Amino acid sequence: MNKKNKIQTSASRKVFQVFNYLLMLGIAFICIYPFWYIIIYTFSEARLADVNPPVFLPRGFSLSNYKDIFELNGFFHSLFISVLRTVVGTFASVLSCSFLGYLFTKEEMPARKLMYRFLILTMYVSGGMIATYIVVKSYGLLNNFWVYILPMLISAYNIVLIKTFVEQLPASLEESAKLDGAGYLTIFTKIILPLSKPIIATVAVFVAVNHWNSWFDNHIYARGNESLTTLQYLLYNYLNEAQRLADQIKNTTNAAGMSQISTSISPKGVRMTITVLASLPIFMVYPFMQKYFVKGIMVGAVKG
Amino acid sequence: MTANRKTAALALHKPKKRYSLLFMVLPFMLIIFLFNYVPIFGWIYSVFDYIPGVPILECDYMGMDYFKMMLKDANVLRSLKNTAIFAVISIALTPLPMFFAIFLNEIKCGPVRKFVQTFTTLPNFISWVIIFSLAFSLFSTDGLLTNAFARLTGTNPSSVLSSKESVYWFQSFLGQWKMLGWNSIIYLAAIAGIDQQQYEAAKVDGAGHFRCAVHVTLPAMMETYVVLFILNIGNFLNTGYEQYMLFKNAVTAPTIEVLDLYVYRIGLENMDYSYGVAISIVKSIVSIALVVLANLVAKKIRGNTVI
Repeated sequence: MNKKNKIQTSASRKVFQVFNYLLMLGIAFICIYPFWYIIIYTFSEARLADVNPPVFLPRGFSLSNYKDIFELNGFFHSLFISVLRTVVGTFASVLSCSFLGYLFTKEEMPARKLMYRFLILTMYVSGGMIATYIVVKSYGLLNNFWVYILPMLISAYNIVLIKTFVEQLPASLEESAKLDGAGYLTIFTKIILPLSKPIIATVAVFVAVNHWNSWFDNHIYARGNESLTTLQYLLYNYLNEAQRLADQIKNTTNAAGMSQISTSISPKGVRMTITVLASLPIFMVYPFMQKYFVKGIMVGAVKG
Repeated sequence: MTANRKTAALALHKPKKRYSLLFMVLPFMLIIFLFNYVPIFGWIYSVFDYIPGVPILECDYMGMDYFKMMLKDANVLRSLKNTAIFAVISIALTPLPMFFAIFLNEIKCGPVRKFVQTFTTLPNFISWVIIFSLAFSLFSTDGLLTNAFARLTGTNPSSVLSSKESVYWFQSFLGQWKMLGWNSIIYLAAIAGIDQQQYEAAKVDGAGHFRCAVHVTLPAMMETYVVLFILNIGNFLNTGYEQYMLFKNAVTAPTIEVLDLYVYRIGLENMDYSYGVAISIVKSIVSIALVVLANLVAKKIRGNTVI
């Protein structure tokens, strides 16, 4: 009786295991495949792929999509803007947030609690999209590179993360530096920053990904400004055009209109190649990120 | 003298206020004020007929007209309905990450588990623009899956991206695709934190894998689940706009336009700043009340705040 029961459970256990492996690998496959599809598409020969899209391997092999992209007007400039905003924005934001996080641990700061609440409140209250737009416009920041950096400079959430970490550091290190005559700035750069590397790396990863992925600020604050177009927004513009054309084709019944539209269609390859290139940095930093973000989400969930 | 004072301060444990700190903090406070608080003063625009370039006091005073207009605006009602539908679906799907974590935890082969976790978390870091591009490649009229489906069923290819009826489930599916792996991390951590003795005790009592999962793993995660569930309800109105804005087109517009997107359309496309601000004020007040309430409840359950 007992033995039979055991055999039964282990048999159903095996069925479950097979089902579970299939389910999990299936979900992973659904997550990966879209990326895989556009990658093999961009490496396929356009004339083959257009007729019969690749499924698991490229149709033929060609680098002409990438050659086209590198000759595309504005590609390198928007890549440059994206990289610039990510580097400058991350550097400025991480430095500001960690400095503030450190300063807010100082009990000798006048009105510390009041200012900390002033900061925390920003997590809950916001003026909303339109009011923020009017205000940013009145500061003269429209079509200005700094509109990418300044509104995202201070993040209450990140400051809380850093402050929590700094509070856990041994106070004796700071005290002995203070006795040696070091000021706040010296203590921050020489002691706090090096010791807080793990949390700063976590925050930096999130800020950088956020900057790299941003397109909406580009859309409302620097629309149509080619010199400030980021890579994400360049892709957005291509997609918008493609979607508009798709709508048009749907509504066009006569053949003449059809052929007129299809000649002006932006090539699918260009769109997909920009998509691959815009996701590439995320793919590249992702393995390093993984180490940090689990820690980040846990600290964020527990403290606050 | 200074050294003396310092040691005295240390000994007293009540350090003297240092005004130099204030000067270091103030520039940052100014930035917070400029970008987070000044826009709130911008709410004043909602009671004027604001025209860009005209000083606010020279604009016509409208009183509560814009707020009254909202009550009669069928678009507000429609976008509120869309927001509510998306929110209800997403709340109904909140158990998914938890079950995903339980199932993933049952995979005992380390590399496979790592592989699945790595690739299901990746989409969280991909921008909505890129996700839209991926969806466009697969689901547009000449997309891979649209055509495969059409060939399979022998029908004409019709794109799910330009179908008014499919908006709710398709957008929710995309949301899950992006967030499932990421949202499950917190549950995986909760599972890792379960005392192994509990499993051993259950096994001694004759529980198999399944009963262990139901009676040990699941209850251990309920607290986390309930807290996240409540916070989700608090964010009811904050569906965001990026996803919906990208997937909006002539056909899907009536079902995809959520409140945030409607505010964008009124304010920045129709340039009706005052009305846009008025809608977003009402939205802000209701959503702040919801978030604060949700936090209070979550705090009660958990004993500390979560956000």
